[in-house]
Amino acid sequence: MKRDIQLTVNGVARVISGEPETPLLDVLRHDLGLAGPRFGCGAGLCGACFVLLDGAARSSCDLPVSAAAGRAVTTVEGLAVADRLHPVQQAVLDEQAAQCGYCTSGMIMSAVGLLRAVPAPTEAEVRAALDGNLCRCGSHQRIIRAVLRAAAAGRAGD
Amino acid sequence: MTDPLPPSLAANPRLDGWLDFSARGLVTVRPGKVEYGQGVWTALAQIAAEELDVRLDQVRIAPVSTATSPDEGVTSGSRSIEDSGGALHWVCAQARAALLAAAAARLETAPATLSVRGGEVRTAAGGTGLSYWSVPGQPGRAAAPGAAAKPPARWSVAGRSVPRIDLPDKVTGRPRFLHDLVLPGMLFGRVVRPPAVDATLVEVPDLGHPPGTAAQVRSGDFLAVIAETDRAAVAAAARLARAARWTVRDSLPDERDLKGFLLAAPAQAQPVVQRRDRAAAGRVTRQLAAEFSRPFIAHASVAPSCAVARWDGDAVTVWSHSQGIFALRGALATGLGLDPARVTVHHVEGAGVYGHNAADDAAADAVLLAREVPGRPVRVLWSRADELGWGPVGPAMLARLSAGLDAAGRIQVWRQDVWSNGFIGRPGTGGEPRLLALSHLAGAAPIPPALDGPPSGAMGATRNAVPGYDIPDLGVTRHRLLAMPIRTSSLRSLGAFLNVFAIESFMDELAAAAGADPVAFRLAHLTDPRARRVIEEVAGLAGWATRPRGTGGTGWGLGYARYKGVAGYCAAVAEVAADTAIHLRRLWLAVDVGRVINPDGVINQVEGGAVQSASWALREQVRFDRARITSVTWDSYPILRFTEVPRVAVRIVAAPGQPETGAGELAQGPVAGAIGNAVADAVGVRVRDLPLTTEQVTRAIEEA
Repeated sequence: MKRDIQLTVNGVARVISGEPETPLLDVLRHDLGLAGPRFGCGAGLCGACFVLLDGAARSSCDLPVSAAAGRAVTTVEGLAVADRLHPVQQAVLDEQAAQCGYCTSGMIMSAVGLLRAVPAPTEAEVRAALDGNLCRCGSHQRIIRAVLRAAAAGRAGD
Repeated sequence: MTDPLPPSLAANPRLDGWLDFSARGLVTVRPGKVEYGQGVWTALAQIAAEELDVRLDQVRIAPVSTATSPDEGVTSGSRSIEDSGGALHWVCAQARAALLAAAAARLETAPATLSVRGGEVRTAAGGTGLSYWSVPGQPGRAAAPGAAAKPPARWSVAGRSVPRIDLPDKVTGRPRFLHDLVLPGMLFGRVVRPPAVDATLVEVPDLGHPPGTAAQVRSGDFLAVIAETDRAAVAAAARLARAARWTVRDSLPDERDLKGFLLAAPAQAQPVVQRRDRAAAGRVTRQLAAEFSRPFIAHASVAPSCAVARWDGDAVTVWSHSQGIFALRGALATGLGLDPARVTVHHVEGAGVYGHNAADDAAADAVLLAREVPGRPVRVLWSRADELGWGPVGPAMLARLSAGLDAAGRIQVWRQDVWSNGFIGRPGTGGEPRLLALSHLAGAAPIPPALDGPPSGAMGATRNAVPGYDIPDLGVTRHRLLAMPIRTSSLRSLGAFLNVFAIESFMDELAAAAGADPVAFRLAHLTDPRARRVIEEVAGLAGWATRPRGTGGTGWGLGYARYKGVAGYCAAVAEVAADTAIHLRRLWLAVDVGRVINPDGVINQVEGGAVQSASWALREQVRFDRARITSVTWDSYPILRFTEVPRVAVRIVAAPGQPETGAGELAQGPVAGAIGNAVADAVGVRVRDLPLTTEQVTRAIEEA
């Protein structure tokens, strides 16, 4: 049964008219036209669709949009302030921490979520935080370096 | 003497097919090679900027399309820098020479008094007002031998690490992937695949047109839906899957006995190398033999395959992330009885593919569905389960090795027999479309067994089947399977992964039999100075000579190969820790890939190849029962994760005077060999069957 669901996406209040069980990812990509969160598996097992939900990183492909009602959703499109990239985005560029880049936005969201909770993580903490994000190209080491670099920059989080 | 034209240029000789100066201040380069995360477009832009004397930020890379791009074949085999880059060196050098000649004529001076900076012609006194954009006719002519590309010593843009031109979009989420493409009026298709490899659709109810559903499509065993939204298509496909009745037959081998399957299947045996030396054979005092195997391995891209197609009258336009859009165009035309001129394929970036995955199959799905709704684009996205269960996979392989040592511990005789399905199953191979949906249509035949190239060509299971060591008496035979119960095709590095794992494992076994250190034993069988150099470099980088010995539970291993026997050199050292499981701690690699356009790009590719090879070696195997692939989720097809990946150090061994060789695939074999040898060092038992899981290690210990 369709109904109206209110949520905040990248700081903008939105009203979505649809089935409450529709995956949040589907709403973000198809209804709101956001390309950053990506479909990888539909089961919350690969991390390509990660967003921040009230500041914590999680998968959006297996989350009913109704569960995001009244909450703040942030996608990779919502990280930059004006033309200034978020420190994690900048660090990914600085470290050239990607190959195909399909999983990159999900990893960036995991890293942003981590740095909000743990501003100065160890390498082991970074690895653990990113363990839900799969990378098939083998860019892991560069991504770990990028997260540590963003943390060291001391500008992470907002 | 002038060199002949590079092959890509000889096939596409018009310079204005490669370069376009129509936008003031910008150069548009049209390569025929596609980007899928390997960074090739950045390297090609560097080559163009270098040879044209324009700034890197003045170079644009045009999307690749059968309508506008030179046909450079498939983007595969680590050949892009050699093929496309080789052509661009010539094309751009010739364009620059033509500009200087034309400018010199106008200025009534000698070309040698002029230079180009930022695309503008300059004299010693300054600018001339002439440029690529003001001198007409640049570069509308055919390529001709004689263009002088710059020697690497004069490079200022090429040969340096520059940031990838595609990454800013990817860190900000700007639409760039095919999966992000939205066309006006686009519909969404989903295919309901059979419940088994060999299945017949008996009955399917017409579910009519539930809300948002545009069409239900059936031909033979091909069943699909088209809907106004993707979520409506997914829901309709799920309803259809529940309602359809199929007859299912067992057709797959026993996954617990892959060796039995490989040895029992009908096969064609062909010699790869037969070099007999009776004197050498007579010196053998000790013989060893061993068998090594790998399972079927999935490409397992993080993005499920996607495609969009639209029919306009009798012409169809396709948007695909295929590695070979020209071959795809041909296969679609052949399979559907179309004039190839009426088929246009535009490449749009997808995720990494690592070989022939389901990208082409998704394109065929989209073409079939779009035919039902003329004039409207239809997008097809595969599910994760279909991506892992229905895409082509890399074949299972068996390598049976034997060798003879003389009294001094030198290898005199080597025999290697390799069993495998073919690796060449891309669309159009052997004149067959080889597209999944077409094989399910009413009256269609199954996809025939994959080919494998000429036995001596290193184009399939034979890649790196011939050891690169100095061995007088050498015999290598390929056994290509003529039955293909599980559909196979190319997977990064083809046969090199198993062949090098086998050869390098066996080299350590021979070294142990000869009482020699693994590094010293290899160097004793290598005279090629570039081969020796990468082994010496990686040994130094890793601290091989001072590695901890006999510490219990920790092991070190070395692996080496020259990719394809003629391309890049790579040596790897692995450190593992073994307790209840195998933990890969560190990898060190040294590579010689000839001239390097973008050093950080090479390191990124080698790191990535090393981690992926480690994942194959330690974790990966396609699982199946007798009817279907069962490893269709990330839980049942696990790949190496962030908490499991090793630290990787890569050193490029400089070889600026040597031709470039590509870097994307050369780490796969040596890393597998290094890990296998490190595991043997750690647990004291040789594990010869991949993947090196706890179960396989335990089995090897029990059998030892």
